[in-house]
Amino acid sequence: MKKRGAEILVEELKHQGVDVMFGIPGGSVIPLFDVLYDSDIRFILCRHEQGAAHAADGYARATGKVGVCIATSGPGATNLTTGIATANFDSVPMVAITGQVKTFLIGNDAFQEADTTGITRPISKHNYLVRDCRELARTIQEAFHLASTGRPGPVVVDLPVDVTVAECEYEGPGKVELQLPGYRPNIKGNVRQIRLAAEAINKAEKPVIYAGGGVIISGASELVQKLARTAQIPVTTTLLGLGCFPETDPLSLKMLGMHGTAYANYAIQQSDLIIAVGARFDDRVTGKVDTFAPNAKIIHIDIDPASISKSIKVDIPVVGDASNILEELSKYVKPAEHTAWLEQIKEWKKKHPLTYDRECTEGVMPQHVVEQIDEATRGEAIVVTEVGQNQMWAAQWFTYSHPRHLISSGGLGTMGYGFPAAIGAQVGCPEATVFDVAGDGSIQMNIQELATACHNNIPVKIAILNNGYLGMVRQWQELFYKKRYSATRLSGNPDFVKVAEAYDVMGVRVEKPDQVRPAIDQAIEHKGPVVLDFIVCPEENVFPMVPAGEAIDRMIGGMA
Amino acid sequence: MTETREGYRTHIISATVANRPGVLARVAGLFSSRGFNIDSLAVGETENPELSRMTIAVHGDESILEQIRKQLGKLIDIIKIQDFAGRDFVQRDLMLIKISASPAKRSEIFQLCEVFEGKVVDISPKHVMLEIAGPENKIDAFITVVKPYGIREVARTGRIAMLRGARDAK
Repeated sequence: MKKRGAEILVEELKHQGVDVMFGIPGGSVIPLFDVLYDSDIRFILCRHEQGAAHAADGYARATGKVGVCIATSGPGATNLTTGIATANFDSVPMVAITGQVKTFLIGNDAFQEADTTGITRPISKHNYLVRDCRELARTIQEAFHLASTGRPGPVVVDLPVDVTVAECEYEGPGKVELQLPGYRPNIKGNVRQIRLAAEAINKAEKPVIYAGGGVIISGASELVQKLARTAQIPVTTTLLGLGCFPETDPLSLKMLGMHGTAYANYAIQQSDLIIAVGARFDDRVTGKVDTFAPNAKIIHIDIDPASISKSIKVDIPVVGDASNILEELSKYVKPAEHTAWLEQIKEWKKKHPLTYDRECTEGVMPQHVVEQIDEATRGEAIVVTEVGQNQMWAAQWFTYSHPRHLISSGGLGTMGYGFPAAIGAQVGCPEATVFDVAGDGSIQMNIQELATACHNNIPVKIAILNNGYLGMVRQWQELFYKKRYSATRLSGNPDFVKVAEAYDVMGVRVEKPDQVRPAIDQAIEHKGPVVLDFIVCPEENVFPMVPAGEAIDRMIGGMA
Repeated sequence: MTETREGYRTHIISATVANRPGVLARVAGLFSSRGFNIDSLAVGETENPELSRMTIAVHGDESILEQIRKQLGKLIDIIKIQDFAGRDFVQRDLMLIKISASPAKRSEIFQLCEVFEGKVVDISPKHVMLEIAGPENKIDAFITVVKPYGIREVARTGRIAMLRGARDAK
């Protein structure tokens, strides 16, 4: 049967299980939107393409499904790029569909033309420029396959407008074969390596599991818990790994690294065996590389062979899917106690807990806000963050117990990510309470999405930790640049309550500690989106902190 | 394999890639964005018109070379990677070279060309153009010997390579 390109695209999307897309139309995607008009795929109109990309990303991280965003050619596509790069860095399955000028105009400097495949090549897992309607069905299938398998990532499909209006023979969705001879992700781990890993685990006296976002992507959280409990191994997670191991468990060391807990960092440095699962030894985790875990053997389980021995020399690499490998590994790991080691860790926890000045009277303490969100939602909220101090406080002071409950731009560190990502997460999980922990700087980078939240009644709760600064940079300036606050004071901030109200969104200002919890409760009860403007202690710092380029047990501040 | 600075070697990597637009840009982009050094890069169709072969001479220590192999392997359009280091292979570079040559000097240059098993491909009143093929060091040696006559122009293909015997790089 003959079909138009746009019809083929929409049928293939439906076949892939897409029920929602985020985006903005424009000249070169009008034929596509014309077909969407009759389709039952829910379309969420955003107010900026960056917001659409982050929303698709948040949807994907919250649900594990592929997030889909769509934008027009030229500026539409370039506006998506920050969102594509963010998803790429954190291995988020996403398909970004961009319009393109007519094929015969490509390269001619046509109106709203940009070399989208050229621009997105280094920031996507793969990309396509579809030059022929007959290629479209296979391309969409390949894009979803690539986005969601192996180490997931964003795939960009650039669609010239004439390809979407052209007609060609079409047999129906899912009928053509993929042509990906160069794509063979390792799933099963090498059994010999797995046995070596088990031997090392059985011999270790001071083992630590260092779990990253890969555990959550692979759905291996329960297997990590099983391994930890069987062999009594303490678990620390990266920012993106938060939630894969319940922080209520005595074996939890919470997050490690630059703003991790002292006891997680001490445990790593004193450990004799590190079991890294789905983590990539990022510089925010390792600190000064040659001082990292000096006495430890390292097992590294990761699906991406290029992550192995990239920054830290690994002793026992196992390449493959974390679930698959941990399943196999559990056959060989013997129960253990590690009494002395756990005793030592208990002592560190007692001596160096996370802490802040609870008596401070200068406004509300930001940590207190996060703690209260945790309490009010009994640790069940989905917490989305922006980037900076708000992100680290959200990571430290909420008690994560479930995978996919902390959604944050880890690798790229994209300010402005949180609010649109929270919209996506809420669309994917309509029953959940979704909080965006924001800063007054970050929230202004995509505040226009209040219109999206309002129009679609997406009941995201935004908690702005408003300190009047680009707080993390200010903190570095205070600590390492003699308090020379160059360009970090955000004078000229709007009245966020009035901004919310202008969008017909509920806004509440909180200036006193005793107003914090009632405001949070009120926000949770309210059926629509809410902006909570917490006026926080302006020069509060995130502690502990490992100064850049130091060993991770050389922390400053926040140590009781 | 040539040793240069400590631990640094040049490896020949042969990549079988899908013959599609943008593949060369992907490979070149990967090298520039990750800060790897390319010594030479030669691309051409293979016996199968859907596939191309890229022969890449790269420079680095073992950990850099390992990253290069792995990062290349991640590109969806790259079907197979082979590092020829430590293998028995043939490598060739092809050069066209234009040398200043008055009629009186021609026969001397032709003799050198013969020693290097080259070919004379063009003669004009003041120049000769020669074609020399072989491993890189042979080509470099030829350039050195003809330098005194005056080299006007050089064009080289970059290295191509193939494993000896029955093993193929498919």
